[in-house]
Amino acid sequence: MKVSVTVNGSPVTAEVPDRTLLVHFVREEAGLTATNVGCDTSSCGACTVLLDGQSVKSCTVLAAQADGRAVTTVEGLAGPDGELHPVQRAFRQEHGLQCGFCTPGMVMAAVSLLAENPVPTEDEVRLGLEGNLCRCTGYHNIVRAILAASEEGAAGALTAIGAVHEEQVS
Amino acid sequence: MPHIAVQTDQRGAEGGHVSILGTRVVRTEDPKLLTSGGTYVEDLRLPELIGAARVTFVRSPMAHAEIAGIDGSGALTVPGTVAVFTAQDMDDLSPPPPASDPGSEGAPLPMGGPYAEPLLAIGRVRYVGEPVAMVLTDDSYQGEDAAELVSVDYVPLPPVIGFDAVAGTGTLLFPGTGSNIAVAMGAPADDSVFDRCDVVVRQDIVNQRLAPVPMEGRAVAAHFTDGKLTVWVSTQNAQISRFILAGVLGMDPSTIRVITPDVGGGFGAKVGLDRDAIAVAWAARRTGRPVRWTETRSENLVGMTHGRAQRQSVTLGGSRDGRILGYRIDIIQDTGAYPRMSGFLPTLTSLMAAGPYDIAQVQTAYRVLLTNTTPISAYRGAGRPEATAAIERAIDLFAAETGLDPADVRRRNLIPPDRFPHTMPTGAVYDSGDYATGLDKVLAAAGYAGLRAEQARRRERGDVIQLGIGLASYVEITAADAAAGETARLVVHADGTATCYTGSSAHGQGHHTAWAMLVRSDLGIPMDQVTVVHGDTDLIPEGVGTYASRSLQLGGVAVHKAALDVREQARRVAADMIEAAEADMELDTDTGQWQVRGDPGTGRSWADVASHAGPDGLVAAVQYSEGQPTFPFGSHVAVVEVDTETGKVRLIRHVTVDDAGTVVNPLLAEGQRHGGIAQGVAQALLEEVVYDAEGNPLTGTLADYAAITAAELPSFELVGSETPTDVNPLGAKGIGEAGTIGSVPAVQNAVIDALSHLGVRHIDMPLTPARVWAAIGQAREGA
Repeated sequence: MKVSVTVNGSPVTAEVPDRTLLVHFVREEAGLTATNVGCDTSSCGACTVLLDGQSVKSCTVLAAQADGRAVTTVEGLAGPDGELHPVQRAFRQEHGLQCGFCTPGMVMAAVSLLAENPVPTEDEVRLGLEGNLCRCTGYHNIVRAILAASEEGAAGALTAIGAVHEEQVS
Repeated sequence: MPHIAVQTDQRGAEGGHVSILGTRVVRTEDPKLLTSGGTYVEDLRLPELIGAARVTFVRSPMAHAEIAGIDGSGALTVPGTVAVFTAQDMDDLSPPPPASDPGSEGAPLPMGGPYAEPLLAIGRVRYVGEPVAMVLTDDSYQGEDAAELVSVDYVPLPPVIGFDAVAGTGTLLFPGTGSNIAVAMGAPADDSVFDRCDVVVRQDIVNQRLAPVPMEGRAVAAHFTDGKLTVWVSTQNAQISRFILAGVLGMDPSTIRVITPDVGGGFGAKVGLDRDAIAVAWAARRTGRPVRWTETRSENLVGMTHGRAQRQSVTLGGSRDGRILGYRIDIIQDTGAYPRMSGFLPTLTSLMAAGPYDIAQVQTAYRVLLTNTTPISAYRGAGRPEATAAIERAIDLFAAETGLDPADVRRRNLIPPDRFPHTMPTGAVYDSGDYATGLDKVLAAAGYAGLRAEQARRRERGDVIQLGIGLASYVEITAADAAAGETARLVVHADGTATCYTGSSAHGQGHHTAWAMLVRSDLGIPMDQVTVVHGDTDLIPEGVGTYASRSLQLGGVAVHKAALDVREQARRVAADMIEAAEADMELDTDTGQWQVRGDPGTGRSWADVASHAGPDGLVAAVQYSEGQPTFPFGSHVAVVEVDTETGKVRLIRHVTVDDAGTVVNPLLAEGQRHGGIAQGVAQALLEEVVYDAEGNPLTGTLADYAAITAAELPSFELVGSETPTDVNPLGAKGIGEAGTIGSVPAVQNAVIDALSHLGVRHIDMPLTPARVWAAIGQAREGA
């Protein structure tokens, strides 16, 4: 079937098998490989992306379900001049990543979390990350990074990204 | 704790040199990982891999069975199927060595002895998940369809499962060997020391089987053309992988190039490469078509090696006032279906059995037991967490029996700081340490007395939520194979930039940042002008790679030595340029300028000096090895709340001292500790690979295997401590596994401590609500 998705602001249209998962559409058709597959039971969150601004596990969404909608991956977060998004910046400053495999999904989960709750407590951050596994950091510095990004006003930056994409879709 | 992030470079302060070493430099690796993502095997979009066939393995659903036949014809009817291969198709490999060959390691065929592993099952399967056949298709969705149509006729055999199989009555996994015990070592028990003790405690302890679960599973891509095999593999060791590939495929190592792209975690389970990966490389050679395999998580949980899996019988005895006189540990090491590591893991457990304690008599023994389960191999700590968990549990049992405070018992028996180097009864030679200071520091940071007072109040009130305080003191061994060493080659190019080729191998630790810091420190070349290269055997033919917390103290020191070598070469060149005496030349490592001492007007840059040396610049190659391993140490305090009505445990604080000698970058070292602690807490509270009596894995997905999440952990409280070693010039020991080693028994002891007043003496890990609740019930019934 033919599927059209706006990925990081750019339209991507491809003829794909009906059963194609969104994560594979993003990786193979849009050619954006930051979003990883870490499990096959929707447990790990490595594939987390934003679908119309809401975080989803893209291994559990069919590409067909995203037809006509907007997807944001970690490749779409930084500014046009390469300036890091506050969440990306905070992950680096706080050493919130090691091997990097969970990182794109973790960053997108964090962006979504802060959009819903711009000033979370540590407990709220930890509960909010329950669906995203990291095996390297013990989550300590990921939590620090999200709290730091919250102080920097990351939620505002996200709203701006969402608005741009909605405009392009409509 | 303030987080002062330093940007990628730090200049010396005005008027004085400030070393970059020991500062919190943020990682050079991160910008790419955070924006376009890493380039893992599955992400490779290289011309050589265009049109790569996808490999899907057909894996055994049986724990133990004869294979009566395999029919792949059904799979060949699926559109997109390229080939179906079984062991029979591998007729270009050397035949297996005779079963009478010596050796007990389960290396892949045709390497290895009687327990050698075929690349694909030959005649028999020995665990659920064992690769039986491989299907090559144009894409991965087709592969799943086709693999389902490969028909395998299994004739079931009785499975050998669980530690009790050590009794030896089960069906033999390898009929030619006569026993399911692959290795047995150690002296028979001598109880005379315990007969002289006032107090003796005994306990059987299960150190449960764990799944390593790197977020990226195993992955490999391969390409064969013009007699040259190129293999991209998610591994901790490119050079070891090449050695194995050459041996198994019967190729000259110079005709194989192994490349490690970004690696999404390893934790010991990606040392070298597995039979599955070798089979993929073989398929590329056989078909002449590029191939790629990325395992699914369900495949990973049964196909990647597991860790731990020991049952330990411990006996510890001492005087009524807390002096320990004797300790014995008998280990059954479940090694799974193939003894990949022979006796290595329980050997390390035995070597480190007595921990940081001065114990006159230490007895160790082990048996390595074959079972119809996924093979056991290294997992973060690899034998040492098992040693620490055993003795730290035994110490707490002894403290409980004598009525002494667990902290006092530890302090009473720790090896004093004036006794190093110290030779243990097990043969380990501890290089340096200050164990009691570490313990006192962590107790002070935790507010130990206050915690005990709060615990007493809750007990007095009979609170439903009880408080537990758990201690663990440990010493571990890092760079156990120090003599194998590590390589570095440093080039300062004619333009003044540098390239550092390292035999060490990064998969999240931050090697590229740390190695650039070392070059910056020694040569004054800014970090952003230092490129670090690892994991490519064409560029770095000699190297060992990463395991056993060896990277900094071997690979890092090799970089440091190479930098010093380049510096001395440059000194001669600069002296020649300026026409001054070598002895009068100095390098200002703040500015990277060579000059006559005290005369900046004579300054020459690295570009000046390196280009003067010749078009290839300056080059130094180092093979560095150490005479002995190092022994990091520390103490952990865990504080838990236990709901005595439900058995639910909540870890509320975890405070640690982890002393690994001199720290090059505290940000990275703390990150290693955090990750290690979390994996240890996971073992103590949540994680366990479970098989049923028939050998069926019950934890074959991440929906069933309880990998720990952020919601189950607190932030950690790290206390700094640096006792340099004199084994190497950096003064550094390893930090990769310490957190795991210390945290497991601290958390286990804390939970049992919370319930000790109810009569609970021991609970095996993981301390799930069901187990804790049951232990409380049993204690109450017994009371």
